[in-house]
Amino acid sequence: MEKSKTQTGPTKLESAMGWLDKRFPATETFEYHMSKYYAPKNFNFWYYFGFLAMFVLVNQLVTGVWLTMNYVPSGDGAFASVEYIMRDVEYGWLLRYLHSTGASFFFIVIYLHMYRALRYGSYRGPRELLWLIGMAIFIALMAEGFFGYLLPWGNMSYWGAQVIVSLFGAIPFIGPELMEWIRGDFLMSDTTLNRFFALHVVALPLVLCILIFVHLVALHHVGSNNPDGIEIKKNKDADGIPLDGIPFHPYYTVHDIHAMVVFLFIFCGVVFFAPEMGGYFLEAPNFDMADPLKTPDHIAPVWYYTPFYAMLRAATYPLFGMSAKFWGFVVMAGAIVIPAVLPWLDRSPVKSMRYKGVWSRMMLSLFVISFFILGYLGTQAPSKLGTIMAQICTTIYFSYFILMPWYTRVEKTKPEPERVTG
Amino acid sequence: MKKFLLVVLILLPLTGWSASTNNWPMEEFDGDLENLPSLQSGFQLYTNYCLGCHTLQFQRYERTADDLGIPHDIALENLVFTGQKIGSLITNAMPKQESKGWFGAAPPDLTLVTRVRSPEWVYNYLKTFYADADRPMGANNKVYPNVGMPNVLLDLQGIQRQVCSEGNCDQLVLDPGTGKMSAEEFDAAIYDLTNFLYYTGEPTRLQRQRTGIYVLLFLVFLGCFTYLLNREYWKDIDGH
Repeated sequence: MEKSKTQTGPTKLESAMGWLDKRFPATETFEYHMSKYYAPKNFNFWYYFGFLAMFVLVNQLVTGVWLTMNYVPSGDGAFASVEYIMRDVEYGWLLRYLHSTGASFFFIVIYLHMYRALRYGSYRGPRELLWLIGMAIFIALMAEGFFGYLLPWGNMSYWGAQVIVSLFGAIPFIGPELMEWIRGDFLMSDTTLNRFFALHVVALPLVLCILIFVHLVALHHVGSNNPDGIEIKKNKDADGIPLDGIPFHPYYTVHDIHAMVVFLFIFCGVVFFAPEMGGYFLEAPNFDMADPLKTPDHIAPVWYYTPFYAMLRAATYPLFGMSAKFWGFVVMAGAIVIPAVLPWLDRSPVKSMRYKGVWSRMMLSLFVISFFILGYLGTQAPSKLGTIMAQICTTIYFSYFILMPWYTRVEKTKPEPERVTG
Repeated sequence: MKKFLLVVLILLPLTGWSASTNNWPMEEFDGDLENLPSLQSGFQLYTNYCLGCHTLQFQRYERTADDLGIPHDIALENLVFTGQKIGSLITNAMPKQESKGWFGAAPPDLTLVTRVRSPEWVYNYLKTFYADADRPMGANNKVYPNVGMPNVLLDLQGIQRQVCSEGNCDQLVLDPGTGKMSAEEFDAAIYDLTNFLYYTGEPTRLQRQRTGIYVLLFLVFLGCFTYLLNREYWKDIDGH
């Protein structure tokens, strides 16, 4: 900035940074992760969601801390304390809606973030471990959401958790004891609420933060993928900087800040004008306190679990002496973890959907459509037609993965470009 | 198949609140939280006719009086019959256990009833009580058949009877001159009462929407600058 000053000696800021850098790698870390982290210059719309997921995480952590200040984790006090937050705590309603809406938006951005990886082959080598860490984050997030959903102690919280915990009862031999162990009681109770509270506010946020940190370390080590699915590190200039790379800071920070404002506009639209989102984000039966003797008309999990719930219900036949419920559990668990093996299923010579063939495009489209249909079916009461549709969609869901080694090899792909195409 | 049914029955019990699943043609209800006279009249009706049995245990007198524009001394004199303080939650002395024996179910708290059941449901429920000698309390309801609650608004509305033709009992007719209110007055009173319960369901609703407009306007304003900032930096990059 002011050349003359640097010639006469370091500025106050520079000497302060010098003092700090001798004792802590502040500049080095900032450069490694931000100003000298070279990201491909051709990121598109799909590349906003990683940052947005971090942003929603911060929202959840901050609002969560403030909610915890007034929340009472007990069967007698939980429901009333949530209403206390909604009415008597200054801006408590805002904290609560930011948190409840944030939960749904967390899954929206994570699903879009994962779709991006499927679309551009971001799970492929050398990013296999990055993808696996991401899968662990996804599973931890599902657990976090599940534990958090019990805390308002509404009637749907209670019965939803009851249904999910009872799934473990389908595991042979140890099932019933396992259920008791999870609940800490013979039925959903105060004890269950307390342990879910501990897991929701301490254990899983810690796990999530550590996993996200590791996810970023792995990402910045291997470098970001891009919509062309080619490695920018192959083409470097004399200084070793990728020719198609630009410093993350400031280029992508200003990009992401703008994305954050657009995201906030949509997010706040929901928070301030439709926090219940037609019963999808906050369900009507959950405004009734948990009652072990009064089952809601129709129990369905929150929308972000419904695709997996529909797959659970799609298993209707007992096999090998095991109940249909057990197989449902297996199908659901399988559906959640099967994306983890994607790096080893994809045999295509190219990574990005831009250069993959017609089979890959068709299978990905069918996969997305079936995921949406399953999500819808999971919110509905079971019907004969619904079950058949769920079975078809479950088959498509698994075919996308299981047939991948075959269709990615036989299809005709387009040649990848040498340099990114903007 | 049987096992599947069992699973479905375990997962999705359809017992319990079957009450909301009936086909009475519901009249629409359009709440208006800016209509303070309506909310005040609803609060008055509530304390006179409902509070004896149904608490509003998450809502405080003070906040209600403030939101509805009722001075504290007037509220304490006219709306608080229990000797409670202005900062108290709106509760009553109905013993839960005994009331279960009296009515078949303890009268539920109604703070959130419009969020559990919808304001339309409450509005139609309160309008469709009719005389039914077969019921222990002498009254039945079209929206919630065989409900345990007696028709407490009988003296206001008058006697309403169901008229059946060809086994179809979808009409309610009022015995003229049996109530203190005309049909229009009663409808207006029920509107006010429902409107008040719509308010207690989420007392911050108006504040939420008003704040929301400012937040969105601010974000549009901020978005212009973040857009320009982004454009300024990306001028350096080829192809942008």
